[in-house]
This record gives sequence, structure tokens and C-alpha cells, in this order.
Amino acid sequence: MITLEHFYLLVGLLFVAVAGMNLVDRSNPRRFSTALFWGLYALLYLAGERLPPALVGVLMLLMALVAGFKGVAAGKAKVRPDEERRASSEQLGNRLFIPALLLPLVTMLGATLFKDMHVGELPLLDPKHLTLVSLGVAALVALGAACWLTRSTPLQGVREARRLVDAMSWAVVLPHMLAVLGLLFTEAGVGKAVAHVTTSYIGMDSRFVAVAVFCIGMALFTIVMGNGFAAFPVMAGGVGIPVLVGSYGANPAVMAAIGMFSAYCGTLMTPMAANFNIVPAALLDLPDKNAVIRAQIPTALPLLVANIFLLYFLMN
Amino acid sequence: MQSAVNLWPLLGVAVIVAGFLLRVHPVLVVVAACGVTGFAAAMPVEAILASLGAAFVKTRNLPLILLLPLAAIGLLERFGLRERAQAAIAKVKSATAGRLLIVYLFARETSAAAGLTSLGGHPTMVRPLVAPMAEAATEAQYGSLPESLRHRIRAMAAATDNVGLFFGEDIFVAFGAIVLMQTILQAEGIAVNPLHMALCGIPTAITAFVIHAWNLTRLDARIRRELEKR
Repeated sequence: MITLEHFYLLVGLLFVAVAGMNLVDRSNPRRFSTALFWGLYALLYLAGERLPPALVGVLMLLMALVAGFKGVAAGKAKVRPDEERRASSEQLGNRLFIPALLLPLVTMLGATLFKDMHVGELPLLDPKHLTLVSLGVAALVALGAACWLTRSTPLQGVREARRLVDAMSWAVVLPHMLAVLGLLFTEAGVGKAVAHVTTSYIGMDSRFVAVAVFCIGMALFTIVMGNGFAAFPVMAGGVGIPVLVGSYGANPAVMAAIGMFSAYCGTLMTPMAANFNIVPAALLDLPDKNAVIRAQIPTALPLLVANIFLLYFLMN
Repeated sequence: MQSAVNLWPLLGVAVIVAGFLLRVHPVLVVVAACGVTGFAAAMPVEAILASLGAAFVKTRNLPLILLLPLAAIGLLERFGLRERAQAAIAKVKSATAGRLLIVYLFARETSAAAGLTSLGGHPTMVRPLVAPMAEAATEAQYGSLPESLRHRIRAMAAATDNVGLFFGEDIFVAFGAIVLMQTILQAEGIAVNPLHMALCGIPTAITAFVIHAWNLTRLDARIRRELEKR
């Protein structure tokens, strides 16, 4: 069976390579601390579940300190000259699209057609993490096809991956650390506290105010937590179910659907949803880390207002 | 009666807000918020560290979506994938950045609504194909682009992927959010049909498409305004 563990191993090895290549790269002004950062991340992928949790916590703090005090830098990127790239683009033509499109295509096939395929007793792909495992297989297939098409080695692929990882720098680990914070918030009862504050200090004796508090609360809570899934139970439990469904007789399906979409309006506006908003800014070489959020606000705010009215008029 | 809810963990939220407002390094803000939240919940240091560690190991699946495609995409870029995508779009005379992104928004939202969320994504589609094509469509029309406008087009390409994904996937019945909502409502004793819940999302999904498409036509208008006066 192909499981997530295999890909943790693979990503761990990729980070070992990134750390090693940075360590010997004299064009990187911070090559030792950079190598330490990626080396620690590699260790946590390779052996994370075998280390005592408190030690993992310490290593995570160490990574954060290295990143926070500008210890993660990049070497001089070895990008191929423009003319060479253009010439190879002419020569390979539209065949270049084949490996790129294999990525979504194989992922999709894995998640649908190969879902029930078995090797002996075991399923071929881990059913618990089907999409991710399919994506992993697709990435290997695409890399293979790209190597075959361009007559290069997987090692060159690793070098290119290092170039992209270096360009994104610490933004690679930000979503991961935010997810950790989200779990800690849940454990410490932040959700309960927020629900307590909103429900005890805002009067909801008008139907419209109650709807607005519910939708805006969803968005605000998501802005703070970075994740609509964390906001939904809190706002649905605090306002949606007792007030909207209980007092105003709202249809629970409409309340839930539009409530979740209001949370997504929040996701579009928060740096806490780093994998959607901050990582793409790094991936696209944008100097302003909040550029994607800025581009999304003119969609998110009118949509939040629209949600309030949709819920108000559709809930009964 | 005194409230049993401990409000101190809200300090963690305050740290996040203050940190982002003061533009402290985001990684440090997150770590500080972790510490403050843990102390406010009266957890001992070792328990905080153990919680952080356990959570870190548990969430290792999250960065995989970003990391796994990098080797293939990087290699293809080295051999001119972006240049190829740009050459292909430059041949379409009627293409503009805004129109191209509206087509992508439609494709992304409808495919996500059909459960095919992996057909897009920032590392797999936006960086290698969508963003370069949107830039090239503008260059084919007006010649060279000022950097600020190039960055704006890229940011809109990333935004379009997000909007299409978020407001498409939630009307797919088997999506995690629908399952989550059903579980939570069930715990409160309310039975809801998942298909009904998915259908209730359609008005918002359409509104999201209309609003974002309108913003994309405004992008075209801005490009025209800035580049035609040169």
C-alpha cells in the first residue's frame, strides 16, 4: 500500500538535499543557519513520530527562531539564461504541457478510478489520505515524464525544487506552524471564549442583527483562526443553532451552508490562511507578502454583505 | 453564578493581531501566540512543548500539496514551460488578462463543484501556467509591462484560484466542509440532508462568481487606463 509515510520520507529526503546544497553553497550569505533550518525540518519529516513530542516542540521553536531572526537565506539562484530557455521551449513545443497536465490528471484518476484498486488484500492507495497520496504519485509520474522529455535526471529536478524552496524561504513552514497554533487554540478553549464574548455582549433581538452577527462573526473568527473549519463549530454552536434556528426558525441547511461561505470570505482576507494567501505571494515572487489578500478583499467584502442578505431572505 | 469559561486564552488572539499590525516576523508572532495561549490556559511548559510537538507531527501532511509538485514543475520551467504557455496565449488575439482569468475562474469553480479540486492549485497551475499566460496576454496587447502591474496581475491570478476553489468545493456533496457541518448539526440533534446543504450553497457560489468576474473586468480596465496613456 502507498501511504502518506512514503511521501513524508520523500519530502524529508528533499529537505536533506536542500540543507546539504545550501551548506556547501558559498553564494549563500547564511549558509550554516539556512542548512540548520532545513536540516531540522528534514529531521521532523524523517523521524517526527519517533521523537518525544516535547523534543519536537523544542526543535520547532528552534526553527522559528532561526527563521524569525533572518537566518534563512538563499544562494544565488542558478536560473538558465533566457535565450537557452526560449530555445528549448521552441524545440520541445507543446509537449512541455504533457508532464504539467499529468499532475492534475493523475491526481484525479488516483482519487476516482484507482480508489478501489487492491494489491492482494491491501488497497493500492491509502484510502484515508486518498487525494494527497494520489497527488504524490502524480508528482512522481510528472517528474518521470519531465525527465524523459527533457533528457535530464531526477537530481536536476531536486536542484530545481531547491531553487523554488529557497525562493519561498520560511514561508514554506508558516502554514504548518499556523496549523499547530490552531490546534493549540482548540485545546486551550479559545473558541469557547470567543463564543462566550460574542453571545453575552451583543444583543440579538432583531432578526437582521442576529443574521449579521452570525455571518460577520464567522468571517472575523476565520480571520483570527485562519480556518473556516475552526470558526464553524463555534459560531454555529453559539449563534447559528440557538438563535437563528432556535428563536427565528431558520432552515438549518441554509444557515450552515451560508455560514460556511461567510467563513470563507474571512479566509480570503487573512494572513493566517498562509497556504492560500502568503505562500502564493512567495511562489509568484511578489515583493508585497499581502498582495494576494489585497487582491481578494474587493471580492470578499461585497460577498460577505451578499451572504448576510441571502441568509436573511432564504432562511425561512 | 460565575462564568465557567476561561477568557485568558484570548490573549493568544491579541498577540496575533498585535504582531501582524506591528509587522513582526510572522513566524515569531505565531510562536509567541502559542506560548501566550499555553500559559494563559495554565499549561506547564513541558505540556505546552509536548502539545506543540504532537500537533507539528500530526500536521505534516499540510505542506505536501505545496512541496510534492516542485521538482517536476521546476524542471519543466528550466526547459521553458512558462515561455511556452506565454507563446500559446499570445496567439489568441482577443485574450486579455481579465478575460483569461474569468475563464479560469469558471473552470476552477465548476470543476471544484464536481469534486475535482486537484485540477488547479498555486504550485501546479497558477505559477507555471495561469499567471504567465495572464501576463503574456497583456504583453501581446500593449508590449512591456511595468512591474507594479505585473505583480497586480499575478496576485489576481492567485486570488482567482482561491475564489474558484473555495466557492466551488463547498457545493460538492462529499467535501469535508459538508461532512463537518452535518456532524456538528447532528450532535445538536438536527438531521440535515447533505445534498440539500450543498444545494443551499449555490446562490452564494453564483454571487461569488459574478463579483469576482466583475473585479477581473476592473483589472482589464485598470490595465487599459495605465498602459494606453503611455
